[in-house]
Amino acid sequence: MIDLGKHAVFIWASYGATTVVLAGLVAWLIADGRRLERALRDLEARGVRRRSDGG
Amino acid sequence: MTSPTLSQRLANPTRFLAIVRWLLPALAVVAALTIAVGLYMAFFVAPVDYQQGQTVRIMFIHVPAAWLAMLGYAMIAISSFGLLVFRHPLADVSAKAAAPIGAAFTALALVTGSLWGKPMWGTYWVWDARLTSVLILFFLYLGLIALRSSLDDETLAGKLTAILAIVGVVILPFIKISVEGLSIPWLGINIPSWNTLHQPSSVLRADGPKIHSSILIPLLVNAVGFSLLFFAMHMKAMKNEILRRRVAALTRAAVERAEREGARIPAGAGAA
Repeated sequence: MIDLGKHAVFIWASYGATTVVLAGLVAWLIADGRRLERALRDLEARGVRRRSDGG
Repeated sequence: MTSPTLSQRLANPTRFLAIVRWLLPALAVVAALTIAVGLYMAFFVAPVDYQQGQTVRIMFIHVPAAWLAMLGYAMIAISSFGLLVFRHPLADVSAKAAAPIGAAFTALALVTGSLWGKPMWGTYWVWDARLTSVLILFFLYLGLIALRSSLDDETLAGKLTAILAIVGVVILPFIKISVEGLSIPWLGINIPSWNTLHQPSSVLRADGPKIHSSILIPLLVNAVGFSLLFFAMHMKAMKNEILRRRVAALTRAAVERAEREGARIPAGAGAA
């Protein structure tokens, strides 16, 4: 690990907070997208169509 | 002029999803690579600052986070304008999708600024104009999210949130002026800067950047990288929102169909 001097804890905490928040956001977006795509497939498999699909 | 055609092409949600399908993975890869290069430069290329020592490394995430906090709000305000004035079908999707992402970057600007303030200013927080105005920006984001989620009618929620977003845009010049003041002599405007510990911008200045290129270039690489990440996340959030509205519409259609069929069978059974 590189030496960041006497204030290293503040620097690591900054980068740690950024990693946690951004990784959490990306994970939420991916999980949400998967859940919605599954829900859409289920509905379409049950034969539900939107009027705009002409079905 | 390509922009009207582009916005017309993007106006259709189905076409938007088709573009996202190839653009989003490309954007995500370029964002990840740019951030990787930026972080490498932040830790191994940029020299320590003669005053701030190693803590200057916090700048490489603090400054991009603060820029994106303001860019995110500007995007919401522009999208809200697009919704209220042009009724652009994707404007509300864009405004809704940007809110949690902008709020996250605002929170990061506040947290990293606080962690930088403690070793440099001797305090995590002061109620000065810059810090307070960015805190208000964070509360505005929370207000937009709370207002939208408190209304079941999606169209009404979109319009009311858009009005709040446009009213709240006044915070953006306030954040900028809070540290630097504003002087436009030919208009007779002369706003002094508020009393603040926060330093003025070293990059976006009328007289050009005031940081040495050994620190400026890593900062710009990180700014571009985090901006690309912002756009990738916004695009993904917009795609999710379009899917969410389709799921809601299909669920409503399924419920209506079930009700029609459910109503017919007992009626027929009763007649027989």
